[in-house]
Amino acid sequence: MIRVLLPAHLRTLAQVNGEVRVTVDGPVTQRSVLDALEACYPMLRGTIRDHVTHQRRPFLRFFACAEDLSHEPPDAPLPDAVVTEAEPFLVIAAVAGG
Amino acid sequence: MSKVRILVGTRKGAFILTSDGKRAQWDVSGPFFAGWEIYHLKGSVVDPNRLYASQSTGWHGQLVQRSDDGGKTWQPVDNKFVYDGVAGTHQWYDGTPHPWEFKRVWHLEPSLNDPDTVYAGVEDAALFRSKDAGQSWQEVSGLRKHGSGPHWQPGAGGMCLHTVILDPENPGRIFIAISSAGAFRTDDGGETWRPINRGLKSAHIPDPEAEVGHCVHHIAMHPSRPGVLFMQKHWDVMRSDNAGDSWEEVSGNLPTDFGFAIDVHAHQPETIYVVPIKSDSEHYPPDGKLRVFRSRTGGNEWEALTNGLPQRDCYVNVLRDAMAVDSLDTCGIYFGTTGGQVYGSSDAGDHWAPIVRDLPAVLSVEVQTLS
Repeated sequence: MIRVLLPAHLRTLAQVNGEVRVTVDGPVTQRSVLDALEACYPMLRGTIRDHVTHQRRPFLRFFACAEDLSHEPPDAPLPDAVVTEAEPFLVIAAVAGG
Repeated sequence: MSKVRILVGTRKGAFILTSDGKRAQWDVSGPFFAGWEIYHLKGSVVDPNRLYASQSTGWHGQLVQRSDDGGKTWQPVDNKFVYDGVAGTHQWYDGTPHPWEFKRVWHLEPSLNDPDTVYAGVEDAALFRSKDAGQSWQEVSGLRKHGSGPHWQPGAGGMCLHTVILDPENPGRIFIAISSAGAFRTDDGGETWRPINRGLKSAHIPDPEAEVGHCVHHIAMHPSRPGVLFMQKHWDVMRSDNAGDSWEEVSGNLPTDFGFAIDVHAHQPETIYVVPIKSDSEHYPPDGKLRVFRSRTGGNEWEALTNGLPQRDCYVNVLRDAMAVDSLDTCGIYFGTTGGQVYGSSDAGDHWAPIVRDLPAVLSVEVQTLS
């Protein structure tokens, strides 16, 4: 299982509290985690990454183990601590807007 | 007994205001989708408990929500709006080509005869349709492909398709309006479209015969006379008596003919309402007085309706989709402001009172008259 922490609006949308856990088959990457997340919570499709291009939405960032992974390739392996559930994969909404 | 339900979209959520037919006491429920921009909500005339809502933020993009119980509960439906084929380009503000990019849904228009069919007017300008209650969306691509699309240019608020009007007598006829491309009409259910902008004069367009490029803010129609259209343009209030084939100005004695909202009395097709706004650089009423203007003659002769509205120090705006009427015998009329007030009149505009005063900025107001 992979731990994922969503921003508040998406937790409300997915009707979850706190972290969610998703099962990833194969390598644990941004893409595979988000694929698994969207499979479990279809209402999140399009809210984290574009439906078609799968590009990260501009005002969101991906973090794990206190590192900004937003610009890592989507198929790059996530840190071992995420794979072993020691750390969550964080989807963070930028402090922007007003 | 009759009941009125007002669907209010705001910058930070949706609200539902309900009253009995007297329209004196109102219950306020919400916010729904708290913190999200709700550009528009609208109910089906076939099944009034079927509501659709456009929900968006800059962080998470577009969602569409559907209610099957009059707004008590909601479920997200499909939010995948993909342009048909190669999206192509339109003009950017500086006149250079700019790729078509989906940004948000401005307006949802349920079918007049099928609660599962609903149209979505979106930015960048296009019309989408769902035939399965929002579970999937397909572009009505004849509009964008009719030929002038590469010349369309955004208005200050974006290149939005904000008005969708379905003709109750001719199922194939749909009117739409885009800022700032203009108005368009299809007579074959969306296969083919043509601009209907003849007679519109816009100072920013050098060519007085320009087919497109007009900044239409909103269009209204009375269902008993679908060939008669009323338009609030960027500047100028216009009317057409031939389904948009040509337009004439009916601004008459308005203090300013800039504005966004326009609507028609439920039972008097020649009685129309606008809220004049000072100018396109000062989006508030002239002289700090919030006044609705009513014409009982289909335009040109206007009277100010002020009873119950603030007549000093008022600097709010009333946006294009933020005015609506109910269909009770004494027609009720409602509008919301960017200051968060929703005002209502149960006597066709003679007297006004705030229903709520302190909502987030109001983006849209729709009314359902329920039996």
